[in-house]
Amino acid sequence: MSEALLSVRDLSVEFVTYGQTNKVLRGVSLDVPAHSQVALVGESGSGKSVTMKAIMGLLRSPPARITGGQLLYDGRDLQTLPHRERLKLRGTSMSMVFQDPMSSLNPVFTIGDQMGTILKYADRRLGRVRSGRERQARVQEVLSQVRMREPERVARSYPIMLSGGMRQRVLIAMALLSEPRLLIADEPGTALDVTTQAQILKLLKDLVEARGLALMMITHNLGVVRETSSYVYVMNKGVVVEHGPTAELFAAPRDAYTQALIAAVPRLTGGTRFGRREAIP
Amino acid sequence: MTARPMLELVGLSKHFPVRSPFGRITGAVRAVDTVSLTIPRGGVYGLAGESGSGKSTIARMIMGLTRPTAGDILLDGENITGQAGTRAYGRKVQMVFQNPGSSLNPRRTIGQSIAVPLEAHAYPRAGRAARIGELLDMVQLPADFARRYPHELSGGQKQRVAIARALAVAPKLIVLDEPTSALDVSVQARLIDLLVDLGRQLELTYLFISHDLSLMRNFAEEVGVLYLGRIVETGPTASVFEHPAHDYTRLLLASVPVISAEEEAMRPRIELIDGEIPTAEKLLARRQASHLPQDP
Repeated sequence: MSEALLSVRDLSVEFVTYGQTNKVLRGVSLDVPAHSQVALVGESGSGKSVTMKAIMGLLRSPPARITGGQLLYDGRDLQTLPHRERLKLRGTSMSMVFQDPMSSLNPVFTIGDQMGTILKYADRRLGRVRSGRERQARVQEVLSQVRMREPERVARSYPIMLSGGMRQRVLIAMALLSEPRLLIADEPGTALDVTTQAQILKLLKDLVEARGLALMMITHNLGVVRETSSYVYVMNKGVVVEHGPTAELFAAPRDAYTQALIAAVPRLTGGTRFGRREAIP
Repeated sequence: MTARPMLELVGLSKHFPVRSPFGRITGAVRAVDTVSLTIPRGGVYGLAGESGSGKSTIARMIMGLTRPTAGDILLDGENITGQAGTRAYGRKVQMVFQNPGSSLNPRRTIGQSIAVPLEAHAYPRAGRAARIGELLDMVQLPADFARRYPHELSGGQKQRVAIARALAVAPKLIVLDEPTSALDVSVQARLIDLLVDLGRQLELTYLFISHDLSLMRNFAEEVGVLYLGRIVETGPTASVFEHPAHDYTRLLLASVPVISAEEEAMRPRIELIDGEIPTAEKLLARRQASHLPQDP
């Protein structure tokens, strides 16, 4: 199974705070093959975000410490890779779509400035040369790829001038700037209204399929998992408790936690019985 | 049915003035526009809508935090439009807010927080500690939680405390404003279980405000869909969900991420515009352009 674009092998992470050691990930393994759509689902505290941060090299150490396991990207071990080489991958070949809130955009620079800066540094790391004008052309190209109707106007706008849905589109555009092979999406659209969220998920899916990207969707929403992935890993308390093709796993979950989690989701068709129920393990 | 409804809203409106930079009133935003609804005693009414639909403004008017521009609010048959916000009224209507993290005072213990409504309503001092223990028990929290502080509690536990505080004065109607939107799905399920059980035991009437249609389908008996301050569709939850008549309801239902093929089959199909799921404005504009009747 070495063909996977991203492969996490037996990853263990612990956090040391106030002299106490917490094992946050205990032997997590998962594969994201090229051109595939994989979801990592779990509730708060399950370890899904820590897994994502370990992959992206965003874990702060201390307090975090990777105590075991391997992170393989395109056959290369990310942990033993020289720092410079790792930087070359991050934000270029492997790219992230962050959750909307205003917090991921700088309020005092225009969208065009911010995207231009990202592109400039990505180019520099990869040893590419592009003029400012060429960069802005690329920025507008990507903005129209995320179906922004007036890319020039958006590029001139400050984040506060855009709606939540448009800001989320900008964040997707930022991730696409350097033509990545792997997109890691962290709960995109959860801060948005349900109709806007549906638009964003459809856009993301269309882009991933049209460009043959690999997508790793990190979410707590089982509905989002079903809409955006063909394979799913379910995490609970730092362990992958179950994984399999999304449709099969949802139809017949084997693990007790997954079963309880799926049973807890209210159904649009009704029939979810509220009132006394058994405790969730 | 001879019983009086627990809550009745009749033509309720709230307009906010729009002012020019010099303070002149140049127009009005119709945040809530002639909304009427009726909730029977012990019923659960779901108010569904997205941001800007006016659902929170309705909640604020019912709680007496905002004065309506027009219309009446009848609680248990009594018109309370003028007296909303008074003590006597507060005894009958309570609210549970969305974010349990910010609705509890971090410097007060849980017991002190629950005691606030008891003090305000002159509950006998001698019985307060016992009442707090009883309330914590009702929301299935151990009695020693009274001595803890909010930061020691999980999100679900904090929301239980908020419910206990709302129940302190034995109200008849509880307004639930997105009570579970900040919680994990398993925690949400247990909190809704609790609300259902309490509703039965105490014969509570709920106004449940949410954007989560799947949850609404399973909790509310009747539903009203709000769009730009107006109820565009209303009826028993099951029939509105199975046969949505209004384009906006259809769009909302079509947008819900679901987890089974049965649910997917039930979702309305919305025609894409320019390869995209249309926004509500676009969808409704297209309906108008085609001169098809919409309002039933």
